[in-house]
Amino acid sequence: MRKRESTEHVVEVATPEFEKTAQKKEARRGLLMALPSYLYLILFFVIPLGIVLIYSFATRNRFGGTDLSGWNLESYERIAEPIVRTILFRSLWLAILTTVICLVIAYPFAYYLSTRKPAIRNVMLVFVMIPFWTNFLVRNYAWRVILGNDGPFTKVTEFFGLGTHELLFSQKAVVLGLVYGYLPFMILPLYAAIERIDGQLLEASRDLYGNGWQSFKNVLLPLSMPGVIAGSILVFVPSLGAYVTPEILGGAKTTLLGSYIVTQFLTARNWPFGAALSFVLMAVMLLMTIIYFRKGGRTL
Amino acid sequence: MTAAVELKGITKKFGDVTAVDNVDLTIEDGEFFSLLGPSGCGKTTTLRMIAGLEFPTEGSLSIFGEEVGTLAPNKRSVNTVFQNYALFPHLTVLDNVGFGLKMQGVAKKETKERAMEMIELVQLAGLETRKPSQMSGGQQQRVALARALVNQPKVLLLDEPLGALDLKLRQEMQLELKKLQRDVGISFVFVTHDQEEALTMSDRIAVMHEGKLLQVASPEEIYESPANRFVADFIGRTNLLDGTTSDNETVVLSNGTSIRAQNTFPQGTKVSISIRPERTKITQRSESSDPLSSIQGTVETITYLGNARVYGVKFTWLSIEVREENRPGLEVFNVGDDVTVHWEHDAISVVED
Repeated sequence: MRKRESTEHVVEVATPEFEKTAQKKEARRGLLMALPSYLYLILFFVIPLGIVLIYSFATRNRFGGTDLSGWNLESYERIAEPIVRTILFRSLWLAILTTVICLVIAYPFAYYLSTRKPAIRNVMLVFVMIPFWTNFLVRNYAWRVILGNDGPFTKVTEFFGLGTHELLFSQKAVVLGLVYGYLPFMILPLYAAIERIDGQLLEASRDLYGNGWQSFKNVLLPLSMPGVIAGSILVFVPSLGAYVTPEILGGAKTTLLGSYIVTQFLTARNWPFGAALSFVLMAVMLLMTIIYFRKGGRTL
Repeated sequence: MTAAVELKGITKKFGDVTAVDNVDLTIEDGEFFSLLGPSGCGKTTTLRMIAGLEFPTEGSLSIFGEEVGTLAPNKRSVNTVFQNYALFPHLTVLDNVGFGLKMQGVAKKETKERAMEMIELVQLAGLETRKPSQMSGGQQQRVALARALVNQPKVLLLDEPLGALDLKLRQEMQLELKKLQRDVGISFVFVTHDQEEALTMSDRIAVMHEGKLLQVASPEEIYESPANRFVADFIGRTNLLDGTTSDNETVVLSNGTSIRAQNTFPQGTKVSISIRPERTKITQRSESSDPLSSIQGTVETITYLGNARVYGVKFTWLSIEVREENRPGLEVFNVGDDVTVHWEHDAISVVED
C-alpha cells in the first residue's frame, strides 16, 4: 500500500471572498466551454449576415457587380412592386398552409404515439425518421415521378374515374412536397410535449364532466402548446424559405421567395436586391415567430 | 333506501391479471367508507370503476340504483379527488374549481360564484388567482377537494388524497375531511393503504387483498374481531401465534402449549390467535399466573416511544410484542429480565389462516 502524503492538506476557512473567486472561476470555465460555439456562430452566421446587410443597401452596377458606395434603400423599395408582393404573399400562404396541414396530420399521430407502449413508440419513432436516411433531393425527385405525367398518381385517379389530375408543377404539388418533407419536424416536438402531459389530467377532465372534445380543447391542447409552437416554427420557417421543393415540384408558374432570391443572385445578378429580399424574409419569419409565441404564451 | 354505490360480482382483469375478483359491496348514502389494503390489492381499481375511469370486466355496478357499469366518467354524478390531485397546471385555482361547472355548461357568472363559494369553504379565499404550482401540497389538496365538491356529486371518491402530505398536516386533514363529509352529507369513498387513517375516519372499512374483499365492517369490528389472519395482521400491530383448535374454548399452539381462546371453528382447524400488544400485561415472572392465558419469557428488546414502551419478549419458540403505556409509577423491565406476559381471555381473537 502506498503511504499517505506526509504534508497535511490545508482546507481554507470559508469566507465571502473565497466564495466570490470560486464563482468567478466557475463562470470562466463555462465561457471556455461555450467558446467553440460562439466562434462558429460569429464566423459563419454573424459576419456573413453583416455582409448581406451591407450589400442590401448597396447599388447594382451596369456590369452586374455591386458598388459598395452610394448607400440607398432602393432595393427595399422594390419590394413594394406587385410581382415581389405576389411572390411574398404566395410564399407566406403556402408556408402557413403547409404548417396547418402538418399540424392537423401530426397531432393525432403524436397523441396516438404517446399513448402506446414504450417499445412500440420507439419503433414508430424510427419509422418517422426513416425518410431522413434518403437524400432530400432524391425524395423530391421521387415525388416528381409519382405525380408526373403517366405516374402512379394519375394512374390511380384515372382508375377510379376521377379523370387525369396533373398535380405536378402546381402549388398543390409544392404543398404536398413540403408537408411530406417537414412532417417529422412537427411530429417530434408534438410527441415530446404530449408525452410529458400527466395522463391523470385527462382523466380528471373526464371525471369533471368534460367530453372528448372539451378535454382536448381545455386540457390537452393548452398543455401541449409548447410542442405546437415548436413544431409550427420548425415547419413554417423552412417552408417559407424553401428552395429545393418548389424548384422541383412547383415549376415556373409557382415561383416562391426562395427561388426568387436565388434568381436575383445567380441570374439577374442583382445582389443588393437579393440581399434585401433575404432580410425581408428573415424579418417576416421573425415577426411570425414572435406573434406565434405571444399567442401561444397567452394560452399557456 | 337505495344504496349510494352497489357492486355485484364485480371483476376487473388486465390481461391475465385479475385486479378485482368478484367483489360484492354496498356503500350506503352518507357514510364515510374506506377501501383499505396494501398496494396492488385492487382498491384503486375498484374506485376507478366507480368513477368510470375503468370499466369492469364483469358484474353490475350501480349508483343510486342506476346501472353505470359502462357509462363514461363524464356522465356519472360522482367526482374524484386524485392521488396527486391532478390539478390543471395551466389554470388558476378559480378556473380549476370552476372546470366541472364550465364543462356542464353552467353560466359563467354562476360558475364563478359557486367556485368562489367553494374556495371559501376550503379556506383558500384570496388565493383564487394562483396557479397550482404556486401552492403548497396542503393547499393543492384543498383545491382538489373544492374542484370535486363544487359539482355537488352524489358520491365523492378519494384516491389516497393524503398520501403526499407530511404527518402533521395529514392528521389535520383527516379530521377536516371527516367534518367536511358530515357537513355535505354525501358518502365519501376513501382509498388508503394506511390502516390508522382508515380507522380514524371511516364509518365502515372494506379490507381488500389480492383483488378480494376480506372484510367489510366498522373500524371497531375490524380491529376487535378481524375476519382472518391477513386482516388481523394488516390492521394495527398484533402478535399472531399459530395453532390448532382442540375445542371451542382452547387452542393448542404449535409447541404444544394450550391457550384459552373462544372460537367457533371445528376441532383441528389450523388457526392463528391474535394478541394485540397493548392488550397484554408484563410482570415479574410468577409461576402462579393462569397458564391458559399467559406465557413465560425473557425481555429481549425494548423500544422507547415516549408515550409507551414496547418490549420484545422471547419465548423458547417465538417472540411477542408487548406495549405498555407510559404511566407514572409503572414497573420498567430491562433486557434479560425474566417476565410473564398475560392477558384477559377476551383480549385475543382467533382467526383462520
